[in-house]
Amino acid sequence: MTGFELPANLSGMALWLPLVWAGIIAFAVAMYVLLDGFDLGIGILFTSAENDNWRDRMMLSVAPIWDFNETWLILGGAGLFAVFHLAYAMLMPALYVPIIVMLIALIFRGVAFEFRFKAETSKHWWDKSFHYGSILATFAQGVVLGAFVQGFATNGRQFTGGTWDFLTPFSIMTGFALIAGYALLGATWLVMKTTGELELWARRQAMRYVLLTVGAMAIVSLWVPFLDTGIRERWFSFPNLLYLAPVPVITALVAIQLWFAVKRNLRYWPFFLSMGLFLLGYAGLGVSLFPNIVPPDVTIWEASNTPSSQIFTLIGFSFSLPATLIYTGYAYWVFRGKVAEDVESSGYH
Amino acid sequence: MELDAVMLARIQFAFTVAFHIIFPAFTIGLASWLVVLEFRWLRTGDLLYKHLFKFWAKVFAVSFGLGVVSGIVMSYQFGTNWSGYADFTGNILGPVIAYEVITAFFLEAAFLGIMLFGWEKVGKRLHFFATCMVALGTLLSSFWITSANSWMQTPAGYAIENGMAVPVNWWEIIFNPSFPNRYFHLIVGMYLTTAFAIAGMSAYMLLRAKRQGGDDPERIAGAKSSLSMAMWFAAIFAPIQIVLGDLQGLAVLDQQPTKLAAIEANWETRRGVPLVIFAIPDDEAEKNHLELAIPKLGSIILAHDPDGEIPGLKDVPKELRPPVFPVFWSFRIMVGIGFLMLFLGLWSLWLRRKKRLYDHELFLKACLVMTPSGFAAVVFGWFTAEIGRQPWVVYGLLHRDDAVSPTVNAPTIAASLATFVIVYALIFGAGTYYLVKLLRRGPDPVELARGDDLARKPKRPFSLPEESLAGPPGHASDPDTGREPAEHRRREEP
Repeated sequence: MTGFELPANLSGMALWLPLVWAGIIAFAVAMYVLLDGFDLGIGILFTSAENDNWRDRMMLSVAPIWDFNETWLILGGAGLFAVFHLAYAMLMPALYVPIIVMLIALIFRGVAFEFRFKAETSKHWWDKSFHYGSILATFAQGVVLGAFVQGFATNGRQFTGGTWDFLTPFSIMTGFALIAGYALLGATWLVMKTTGELELWARRQAMRYVLLTVGAMAIVSLWVPFLDTGIRERWFSFPNLLYLAPVPVITALVAIQLWFAVKRNLRYWPFFLSMGLFLLGYAGLGVSLFPNIVPPDVTIWEASNTPSSQIFTLIGFSFSLPATLIYTGYAYWVFRGKVAEDVESSGYH
Repeated sequence: MELDAVMLARIQFAFTVAFHIIFPAFTIGLASWLVVLEFRWLRTGDLLYKHLFKFWAKVFAVSFGLGVVSGIVMSYQFGTNWSGYADFTGNILGPVIAYEVITAFFLEAAFLGIMLFGWEKVGKRLHFFATCMVALGTLLSSFWITSANSWMQTPAGYAIENGMAVPVNWWEIIFNPSFPNRYFHLIVGMYLTTAFAIAGMSAYMLLRAKRQGGDDPERIAGAKSSLSMAMWFAAIFAPIQIVLGDLQGLAVLDQQPTKLAAIEANWETRRGVPLVIFAIPDDEAEKNHLELAIPKLGSIILAHDPDGEIPGLKDVPKELRPPVFPVFWSFRIMVGIGFLMLFLGLWSLWLRRKKRLYDHELFLKACLVMTPSGFAAVVFGWFTAEIGRQPWVVYGLLHRDDAVSPTVNAPTIAASLATFVIVYALIFGAGTYYLVKLLRRGPDPVELARGDDLARKPKRPFSLPEESLAGPPGHASDPDTGREPAEHRRREEP
């Protein structure tokens, strides 16, 4: 593939450690997007649910697991700080406003899990807090994504742009696109986890958000080549075009499968195909931006910490990350199955 | 005081971290308290403990949630407001904080779900294991974050390359000189915080029962048992904490003499310094107003020698000194609370001997007043350590003016600060309201909890997968009640 070169002056650990770490951080971000994606999606759908019992069940379907879904976000931030701290120090000031907005929105939705079940007269306020918190956090994340694709003004080791550089029509578009995407994940999660009228409603929502998500992905994909970045050459030069042509084709096939999976009342497939759709979009993004970590100028090799820091962290991660996957997987397994319709039985609240 | 970007970023950090630390201060102790309760339930089979567990687990969940959301803010603020700091320390503190996430945060979060929602999904032993993992997670988390903070106080195991700190020896970095002592001091402080919160809460229930002329007998038994356990802890650990604090003082004298001079409001380096009890330190005039001091006692306490030499603030230029007033007074408030805790612990031993622990009205009222004392001690101790480090972010290596984000301007920080203040006031106001509501109501009477156990057990939060597969998509299990059919209910508790 053309469009980038491995740094010729590096070899051995200095060459491959940043590659390994870029892989790990990409994995953490993907986990975050997929997992917190569906529980943010439930927040997005929250106030359109017909009654309190539905909302209780929607919330209970994620209450035992949302906390560690969100921990992947902290891992993304901390991982960046641990092995690409230059990127962390450049990106955070550049993304100051959307990051702060996201954090505040996440506070509002996070506390709603506990407060809502303890409130009596003010319950509807926590419904709104959960709903708008989820929408705003998702939008801010989408804007961050768009800003990342657009690239940042940098010089040496510093971000040199302005506070509002991130805000463009394109990043606003990616903000809305992510809202549609997370709502799709949330709806298909509910298809899998609920019963009765709520499940039928979730299916209708899923159909709607499949269309919106695919439409948004198409708009963003067509928009990217017109941005003033090197991404167009990456995709449309020869022979890259041949290697990469299957990506949009597979994406289209997955989207069609997803549509019929929802329609044919399948239980698990809609959710897993939605995740597949996300992963394909994510892979497309990876192809577009690799090996930059602060697009368009700073590569993973330029931003990486000393090999000692990377190795020290890698040793810990090679034990802890598999262990984490095992016990979080176990926690998912403990809470498998559909949510009971009688919410009083949750035994907790 | 000029409100420039550095000052605003400092206020923002101090504000968000002071809010954040209150919750871990509570949940670290509570997690271990839950382990004790569940252990006693499993050992004795006495439902009283299970029922206390369920009550404190709710308090834990609210506090933990608030701790998590206010903690995420911290992990991103290092970069947003303090990118100079992130750049300088990233090679060293990045990995330390990543270890905290990967070893502690996931552990807490994953097992918290099982601990709160898993009663009918997993066996008793596994549930107990989950509770232990949550407690372990809280201790590991404070291990790493205290290590990172201690490195900023007493950096070790590093070299400076290209204006950045780079690691040389990871063992020396993690176990830097001030870390072990500060860790134990913090953990014991957080345990004492929880002990006094539990004692105060139990005293409230006992006083209320007294005033109303009675309450559910088992609820009273629960309050007595909690009060007794908490006061045993206080009686044993308050003196230990004072010894740990003394060791900490010796270490600061050695490692951060300027901080110690600010704590004691001691301006000149000299021998046989008095212990200043009261003073209004004046940074400009470089002296204390209205000083009240006990001769020689300062040297005795700090150096364990009546003629011990104590460093003075004037050893370093004015601009490299911390503001003396807040350091001096934060420290005194913390120590004052420590001695009040010691006094209450000793009093409880006396009353226990007299068999009046549960009905001595003045003692119970004192416990009630002391409910928030631990939180105050933790926050003021934190102020002492962090303001005493000024103007350094990394002691002796990184000045705060170099740590702040160079391109983020004062209006941006001011706007985000104002937003945080409003949001925290709202959210934490509501959180405190719900916590107080929970605490005032207290545990449900045991009879109810037992009924709860028998009547509610068969209804599960999540039905079993094989059941939910039976039937077409969208089927309701029982259209009349919306419940699963009765014959599917199963799994009585053994």
